[in-house]
Amino acid sequence: MYISGWGNFPKVNSVITSYSDYSKLQEIVKKSQIILPNGLLRSYGDSALSENTFSSKRLNKFLNFDTNRGILHAEAGVSLKEINEITIPKGWFLPVTPGTKYITVGGAIASDVHGKNHHKSGTFGKFVNWIKLLIADGSIVNCSMAENTDLFRATIGGMGLTGIILEAEFQLQQINSSSIVQKTVKTKNLDELLEKFEKYKDYTYSVSWIDTASRGKNSGRALLFLGEHDTNNEIDLEYNQKKQILNVPFFPPKFFLNSFLLKELNFLYFLKELKEEKDFSTDFDSFFYPLDAILNWNRIYGKSGFAQYQFVIPFENASETLKLVLKTLSDFGLYSFVTVLKVFGEENEFYLSFPKKGYTLAMDFAISEKSLKMFDKLDEIIWNAGGRVYLTKDARMSSEFFKEGYTKLIQFKEVKQKFDPNNKFQSLQSKRLGI
Amino acid sequence: MSKDFLEIRKKCLILGASSDIAQAISEEFAKKGFDLILAGRNLDEINKIANNLTIRFNVQAQTVYYNILDLNSQAKLIEDLKQLPDGIIFSIGYLGDQKEVENDFSEAKKLIDTNFTFAIYSLNYFANEFEKRKSGFIIGIGSVAGERGRKKNYIYGASKAAFHAYFSGLRNRLSSSNVFVMTVKPGFVRTKMTENLDLPGKLTAEPSEIAKDVMKAFKKKKDVIYSKKIYRYMFLIIKHIPEKIFKKLDL
Repeated sequence: MYISGWGNFPKVNSVITSYSDYSKLQEIVKKSQIILPNGLLRSYGDSALSENTFSSKRLNKFLNFDTNRGILHAEAGVSLKEINEITIPKGWFLPVTPGTKYITVGGAIASDVHGKNHHKSGTFGKFVNWIKLLIADGSIVNCSMAENTDLFRATIGGMGLTGIILEAEFQLQQINSSSIVQKTVKTKNLDELLEKFEKYKDYTYSVSWIDTASRGKNSGRALLFLGEHDTNNEIDLEYNQKKQILNVPFFPPKFFLNSFLLKELNFLYFLKELKEEKDFSTDFDSFFYPLDAILNWNRIYGKSGFAQYQFVIPFENASETLKLVLKTLSDFGLYSFVTVLKVFGEENEFYLSFPKKGYTLAMDFAISEKSLKMFDKLDEIIWNAGGRVYLTKDARMSSEFFKEGYTKLIQFKEVKQKFDPNNKFQSLQSKRLGI
Repeated sequence: MSKDFLEIRKKCLILGASSDIAQAISEEFAKKGFDLILAGRNLDEINKIANNLTIRFNVQAQTVYYNILDLNSQAKLIEDLKQLPDGIIFSIGYLGDQKEVENDFSEAKKLIDTNFTFAIYSLNYFANEFEKRKSGFIIGIGSVAGERGRKKNYIYGASKAAFHAYFSGLRNRLSSSNVFVMTVKPGFVRTKMTENLDLPGKLTAEPSEIAKDVMKAFKKKKDVIYSKKIYRYMFLIIKHIPEKIFKKLDL
């Protein structure tokens, strides 16, 4: 069956297996030459793709929920959506959540996902107590900061290349409300946006959307979204999930989302906020998962797919670099609609984890000869700025650029060599990048 | 919450609780507020299933060891039951390998024992007790393979045909005692049992689809259901093909 990541590019014909029974899975891993675990296939590029894949869809059990301490133990295929449904009404919430709830626990660990609170809380991996992992020789091992520490550090953010995550235990954060107190701030240009990030750095959650169609002195104008958990003393834990309000039922033809439309969409999205500043209360789904409201939104870019380009660069000279990036977009005449800038906090100890101190910017582009050329150009800019690109979004970077950005690759490879000497766990991406 | 306290909670016993179909059906019953007793051979696995049901649906789920081929374990389950459940779901099946069961009698015996002969032990007991109590339900998972013997799987099919006949008789007997008996005839289902087979995509159901069909039929008190639905019509045709032609077919 042909599978692809969320970006619908690339596609690969894959033999997919799925078991709930660990002993069967152990046999399969022993027998396989190559195999790669994956979950809901929400990583964008080729990091979850392989000719032989194990889908975690049958690893879907909650195994323990300590409602006093907020510790959850679940199998790898359980999704964040399912977790929210169960833990929010009991006063516990994910310590870190990415912009979609349609990912699995295994995926959250393998991508070491980050959220709007990275500058305060770090990545999802920081909240993982231990992982039960099925490794290349077919045995099942536990790893944590106390046990098989090197394997733990390689597995969090390890893109599924150390083995199959079967189960994990992790810490949730306590909440007494399922509302977010939100502030939206409009900024005139990029420099003002960066100033505002600094001004509001104490907010738990912060993220901004940039209008990539604006030019000149307006270049980089943006909406900054800030949020805090409602700490009002009244306990209100009712969790109403947003209905999926819109569906993209098929792939529209390529000319649909053309530059003109993208430009207008950017303009309109920016205009929808009239005031400079707005404070209001909102629900979790609207705040954390706005795009989940549109089913199959990834189809909007057409059949040939799209790529998300997400990088991180250090604070030094960041303004110049970001302006250069925006200028490159305008030089190529390309616009992105989902354009997200945020501040990252400190880098962690997990070998292939993406975030590090600085700014991260994510942008979407339909796959075309032009956009692929532009990505190469952007790689150069990010390389020179001492940055790196997120593996979970990548479908095309060069192994040289990857190796330059991910400085703990050597440690990762040592662990890989030790636990998977025949390189059984591999993806299209790991082959391309020589991981 | 105080309402829960006053309510007498309904309880359902699942025989063969670790099968994928049983798990999916357990979820449907848990969603409807049934507490569950999960019986099966692999206690590690069914303990996990029980935890999952408890966390997801706020129901009680206990686990007991139950090996259909070991009558002592069947007797022990019955003996240890503190109270008669409201209903039972029988979801045990052994597919075997057709070539193997053709050539190895002990394999053929194991297949028929599992799917039919030894099933009668517990089923008889609950049928008798439910009849006395004048309430209860018995749901049995059969197979469309029991509709007509085909060279591909006729020993498995024969065991399921016997199972269907048993259920039909049971339904006839218990209809006057307010005991509801339902036969479920799934076609291809993507489960642990069939994972080594090459299944036809469009005709293959996920366990969750079977479970939803079962719950729907349970609420409507249907006697016999096919899942997916299309199998009812497919097998209507297959059953009516004259033997002269049928014997030459490769179905």
